[in-house]
Amino acid sequence: MRLRELAHARTGDKGDISNISVIAYDPGDFAYLREHVTAGRVQAHFADIARGLVERYEMPVLGALNFVLHGALSGGVTRSLALDAHGKSLSSCLLEMELPDAQRVADR
Amino acid sequence: MKTVRIGSGAGYSGDRIEPAIELAEYGDIQYLGFECLAERTIALAQQARLSDPQSGYDPLLTARMQAVLPACVRNRIRIITNMGAANPLGAAAETARVARQLGLAGLKIAAITGDDVLEQIRAGDFTLLERPGHTAAQLGNRIISANAYLGVAPIVQALAEGADIVITGRVSDPALFMAPLVHEFGWHMQDWNRLGQATVVGHLLECAGQITGGYFADPGYKDVTDLARLGFPLAEVHTDGTAVITKVPGSGGTVSRQSCTEQLLYELHDPSRYYQPDVVADFSSVRLDQDGADRIKVSGGAGSPRTGSLKVSIGYRDSFVGEGQMSYAGAGAVARGRLALDIVRERLRLTGVQTTELRFDIIGIDSLHRGPPPDAPNPPEIRIRVTGRTDSMAEAVRIGNEVETLYTNGPAGGGGASKSARLVVAVVSTLIPETMVRPAISFQVT
Repeated sequence: MRLRELAHARTGDKGDISNISVIAYDPGDFAYLREHVTAGRVQAHFADIARGLVERYEMPVLGALNFVLHGALSGGVTRSLALDAHGKSLSSCLLEMELPDAQRVADR
Repeated sequence: MKTVRIGSGAGYSGDRIEPAIELAEYGDIQYLGFECLAERTIALAQQARLSDPQSGYDPLLTARMQAVLPACVRNRIRIITNMGAANPLGAAAETARVARQLGLAGLKIAAITGDDVLEQIRAGDFTLLERPGHTAAQLGNRIISANAYLGVAPIVQALAEGADIVITGRVSDPALFMAPLVHEFGWHMQDWNRLGQATVVGHLLECAGQITGGYFADPGYKDVTDLARLGFPLAEVHTDGTAVITKVPGSGGTVSRQSCTEQLLYELHDPSRYYQPDVVADFSSVRLDQDGADRIKVSGGAGSPRTGSLKVSIGYRDSFVGEGQMSYAGAGAVARGRLALDIVRERLRLTGVQTTELRFDIIGIDSLHRGPPPDAPNPPEIRIRVTGRTDSMAEAVRIGNEVETLYTNGPAGGGGASKSARLVVAVVSTLIPETMVRPAISFQVT
């Protein structure tokens, strides 16, 4: 199962740091996401760009995780040679992450 | 209970114009904020001002003011914006000119200055946040601008002195929306929890359409109606700081827990420590609750004392970038694209183009996509893109030229070449003690 089936996401950028929120469609899936979408897995998923520290913050009230990828934007929007210098597209790329089949998948 | 209604009229410099008119006409708002100043914009504006001292403010200022002033004056809506960029005084003068042209007399316009800290930065010893061990002074004459993120104080004072329009340079983005709350409710500037909650409201509003369904729609998963007529958000804020985010009924888009959660976390790092000039805001206990159709109640923001330091964005001339693109379609398109990239790589080496960084992309394959490559069939068309960083414009131009020569020297069927070269004005940041920054207000009346 892909992360996309359980969560939506948005990317923001500040300098050379990208943050990607991962938000459960159904708050009941938050515990599952917390278990399986770890900072380590996100770092591995983005192995080619996440060369620095990857942090994860939990916001259980909102059913959300916030990933902070340091040094992931080729120097940041004002300097990067990348076509998508902001890294706006990273959220959708993260939603391709494969997860083990959930015991309970939100009825949506 | 007193309620203040604040609209958000723009989320970036080039944003759509009509949603702000819709808010002014039908939003029943008392304040309209326009956030139009991205990190680098002020450096570009400062550079423009070097050749034309009258310029340096937002290029859409005139058009926006012409569009919204009649409805704002008629409905007694006060405007707060950072469209002053590198020249708030010039922006105020231009706004006054527009108002007079529209026959709007008696408008009081405030310009906030003092965010420009270039002299302090040049004279001092300020470590760059992005480059430990390096100081701003080491950038030497490449520095174009240095602007501190001001807090709400000068805006609040301008409102207290009766300003109908407040035009700033660099202020923290949420401050554009926090200031009217502090002014209207008389909050104490050490009321950290209220200021923290106000930061949440400002943060949710500052990107305009990004909370009403823009930067959000994903067909089949997150469907949004009528994005072409996207309504911009407004907040109904109560004395205790709790707020409802909504939009003008009948406008396009959606305000949902999903859209609000995405925007709450947008550009956020540690949710419990969001550094602002006036407060360290804590978003970690924020609640978002449905309060009717397209209405989300926001509560639970908190805060702790401000640090006493202000962030400073420093714009400087970094380098030059040259770029070239070419497209291939049909049978073997990907293979021909890869061959084209190999040829350009070799040509740049053979002809001795001096670069400090090079990048080779295939748009349609790997220019944006990150993560494990999906198991997908080859696309029917692709576009190659070669980009390189150089120390001079002349070298940068050579990169696009080499891509263009693929027309007659490269793989079969290359079409649609484009090329460009540009100066890169980049931004780094540092911190400055707030005591070294002196905001000032100038008024004029139409």
